[in-house]
Amino acid sequence: MTTRIVELRRGILKKNDELAAGLRDRYMGAGVLVLNLVSSPGTGKTAFLERTLTELRASGARVAALVGDLETDNDARRLAASGAPVRQINTHGICHLDADMITRHLDGWELADLDYLFIENVGNLVCPSSYDLGEKIRVALLSVTEGEDKPLKYPTLFNSADAAVITKIDIAVPCGFDRDLALKNINEIRPGIRIFETSAKTGAGMEEWLRYLAEERGKRGN
Amino acid sequence: MHELSIVASIVDTVTESVAAYPGARVQEVHLRVGALASVVVESLEFCWGIATEGTSLEGSKLVVKTLPVVMHCATCGDVELEGVQSFRCPTCGEPCSDQRQGRELEIESIEIEDGQEAA
Ligand SMILES: Nc1nc2c(ncn2[C@@H]2O[C@H](COP(=O)(O)OP(=O)(O)O)[C@@H](O)[C@H]2O)c(=O)[nH]1
Ligand SMILES: [Mg+2]
Ligand SMILES: [Zn+2]
Repeated sequence: MTTRIVELRRGILKKNDELAAGLRDRYMGAGVLVLNLVSSPGTGKTAFLERTLTELRASGARVAALVGDLETDNDARRLAASGAPVRQINTHGICHLDADMITRHLDGWELADLDYLFIENVGNLVCPSSYDLGEKIRVALLSVTEGEDKPLKYPTLFNSADAAVITKIDIAVPCGFDRDLALKNINEIRPGIRIFETSAKTGAGMEEWLRYLAEERGKRGN
Repeated sequence: MHELSIVASIVDTVTESVAAYPGARVQEVHLRVGALASVVVESLEFCWGIATEGTSLEGSKLVVKTLPVVMHCATCGDVELEGVQSFRCPTCGEPCSDQRQGRELEIESIEIEDGQEAA
């Protein structure tokens, strides 16, 4: 009886990575800027996105959104009030969106007719960071009510982000939010990341965010 | 939190690969898991027993090698981080954003026992 080692060297998420690479090519070909929004439940992803979609549409941009939740289409209905095309993805217990779900829910949408596509991920600070959706920009959101040490507690997510958004700054003072500490912690985990401080309620910080989106879209080679 | 589905996908891949070795029994499955892979090693090991029960992999062992984060420092070259709480070069203290290792989640190899012995 002999024992031997068989080398496999196989990525466990290879299937997702391959699908995501296919999506990335499609987005590039269509010239649409795709963003993946990740945070805990209740951080304000949907509120931030409602405001973003509404303001982008007012400026003449063509936008659409996919939104993931375990159950209900409440968020899709909220986002659709902006007038943008929106589709809900119900994961029925799965804690993240994956590239296959995105592929299926894009069916019938003409990506070339879009300037921006936003994907609101399932509220979860752990699992979404492993699943590439082919997005150009991963946005990690953090609200002033969550504690300034969130980035240290969930480094995987903040470290894989391309931009960070602090939400609900309208209530920063009553919450005793320590702004400097939050900025320091984000920078410790993801040095040099762009950070936006926003309120979906008052609209604070939205102008800078929208300018960033326009710049990022302008950077695309097609 | 999706460790069970990860383990299920490992079981599928290993079962497929081992089909090329008729009669072989899998003894160990070796994984490489980066410190930023966002999976809990204990949870993988726990799920392994459940996921392999009643399959040809029942009784096999999951061996996980964890890999530290490696960043590229402009001054010091590739440097290994202590943990995942600070992305600064441990040698010179400069912030680093060029990551070289730490997100791996892969099956490195399997150890099999050939089934060729006389019955
Ligand atoms: N004060 C304040 N509350 C907000 C803001 N954004 C969201 N919220 C509230 O936070 C809660 C969760 O928001 P939601 O957008 O559903 O979060 P999601 O789970 O991340 O999509 C809701 O009660 C919102 O009204 C904000 O900018 N300021
Ligand atoms: Mg939501
Ligand atoms: Zn250095």
